[in-house]
Amino acid sequence: MSDRLSVLKTYKLYVGGKFPRSESGRVYEVTDSKGTWLANAPQASRKDARDAVVAARKAFGGWAGATAYNRGQVLYRVAEMLEGRRAQFVREVADAEGLSKAKAAEQVEATIDRWVWYAGWTDKIAQVVGGGNPVAGPFFNLSSPEPTGVVAVLAPQESSFLGLVSVLAPVIATGNTAIVIASERSPLPALSLGEVLATSDVPGGVVNILSGRTAEIAAPLAAHQDVNAIDLAGADEALAKELEIAAADNLKRVLRPQPVDDWAAVPGIDRLTAFLETKTVWHPTGSLGASGSSY
Amino acid sequence: MPTNAPSAARTLSDVTSSDSTLRRFLHGLPGVDAVGLEARAAALGTRSIKATAKAYAIDLAISMVDLTTLEGADTPGKVRALGAKAVRPDPTDRTAPSTAAVCVYPDMVAVAKEAVAGSGVKVASVATAFPAGRAALDVKLADVRDAVGAGADEIDMVIDRGAFLAGRYMKVYDEIVAVKEASGAARLKVIFETGELSTYDNIRRASWLGMLAGADFIKTSTGKVAVNATPANTLLMLEAVRDFRAQTGVQVGVKPAGGIRTSKDAIKFLVLVNETAGEDWLDNHWFRFGASSLLNDLLMQRQKLATGRYSGPDYVTVD
Repeated sequence: MSDRLSVLKTYKLYVGGKFPRSESGRVYEVTDSKGTWLANAPQASRKDARDAVVAARKAFGGWAGATAYNRGQVLYRVAEMLEGRRAQFVREVADAEGLSKAKAAEQVEATIDRWVWYAGWTDKIAQVVGGGNPVAGPFFNLSSPEPTGVVAVLAPQESSFLGLVSVLAPVIATGNTAIVIASERSPLPALSLGEVLATSDVPGGVVNILSGRTAEIAAPLAAHQDVNAIDLAGADEALAKELEIAAADNLKRVLRPQPVDDWAAVPGIDRLTAFLETKTVWHPTGSLGASGSSY
Repeated sequence: MPTNAPSAARTLSDVTSSDSTLRRFLHGLPGVDAVGLEARAAALGTRSIKATAKAYAIDLAISMVDLTTLEGADTPGKVRALGAKAVRPDPTDRTAPSTAAVCVYPDMVAVAKEAVAGSGVKVASVATAFPAGRAALDVKLADVRDAVGAGADEIDMVIDRGAFLAGRYMKVYDEIVAVKEASGAARLKVIFETGELSTYDNIRRASWLGMLAGADFIKTSTGKVAVNATPANTLLMLEAVRDFRAQTGVQVGVKPAGGIRTSKDAIKFLVLVNETAGEDWLDNHWFRFGASSLLNDLLMQRQKLATGRYSGPDYVTVD
């Protein structure tokens, strides 16, 4: 047997394209489903949340302004990187959720397929939910979907990887930037996802990943005046209510927790449209001569 | 309020009698321990200012801001908007203090004056061929008279860095004296452009030179070069005004300008002021921030303290 000591990984937050420790210096112990210690994860504070909002706001203009085609390419690149790290995620998901290797592998494969699925939607959603409207006047009237802005996402507590990606990918596919609070009990796959995003052309700040006590981090995000929307997928009933009240103050868009039995099922486009707004433009038609419109 | 500085400190009057005595004096100033200075500035920057002390510091910092717009694209409309913001920085909260002044180019002084009329907010004007200062003395003085004539309460002049770096201290001194005279009742701020002076020793010499020539304020920079106000060079200037008052009894103000964008930075500067020059300088008559975007961050922090919620850039003005 080799007497080499293996190198333990220091899990860190992912904020603004960098990997900081929590500003508070705190960590908490993460265990597998049987209670065996896996790693220490950073326990983010409200100041980490504030920094993440600043990073997400800064990244928003560039990401929302990128062409849908380009966003699709970038998201597809994420799937490519995930494929390369498959073994690592299978191990982390198996530990986190107490699954067999085979079951965990299924989860990871479903997750990668989910990325690809949403990557494909980036340049198609506008055709599905936007379009020309018939109006009684000499105008072209066009509706197009626009991203809402900075979205705080409470990742599902149980499905640490497939659930996380199923709520994160639709948010960023449409051009929003996100602050994700990882599953409190099993944050490690989410924190590793940050490493994947950092190496796959996703601009820094588009996705920011925080780990720690969900309730502690979510409260300042829900009340934050510069967060445009919040997805409460990972909140229990009491917390969701409290956060929705806090979010009402600046008319944040709130997505209430939806019961999900099987994250692997085809998700539909509800999560894509949840954080889109519709912009409608009236444009005069060209021919407005004295003889009347030919339109 | 103490009165403006007389044009030469009494006990140091013989220093400026000739080029050689001035040079001997400035080069006789003790050398600056650069490592020690930066370490001291960094150490003071780690002070934790929270809760009520933070609320006090934020209000004090707002009241010390010289709200500045010095762009080629300045329009009367922009200057009027800036004036309105200086008078009432947070229209949703009337307890927010006014800023100390608005700072504009000479041709905008009249507009600015009208915008802040009756509010107690001063109008400062840069002059003397700002920011380079590369013009004949006559032109510089005309620039100053123009600004004063339009009603400027304060004049921000730039020194001739070329002459200073070439060692022609008397030329720099004479220029400041002439500008001081042309400024009349307006308070004179002397900008050294510390980012162009190369060494800490030069910043110390420039500070003393400016104060000897009758500056009411010494100011770090124009905001137009790469390196602007840093904690270290401001600390050095604060030491200079403290020592100058100890020696002559004349108090001179300090104004760091450029690159101060966050409340955290501003509060660090206030700690430097309190720990170096002392409480007497914690007043907008003696300490100013030359800044534009800083005010928005101060207002957002103020809103955060008042409501407990983080504020965002949607709730302050764009400029």
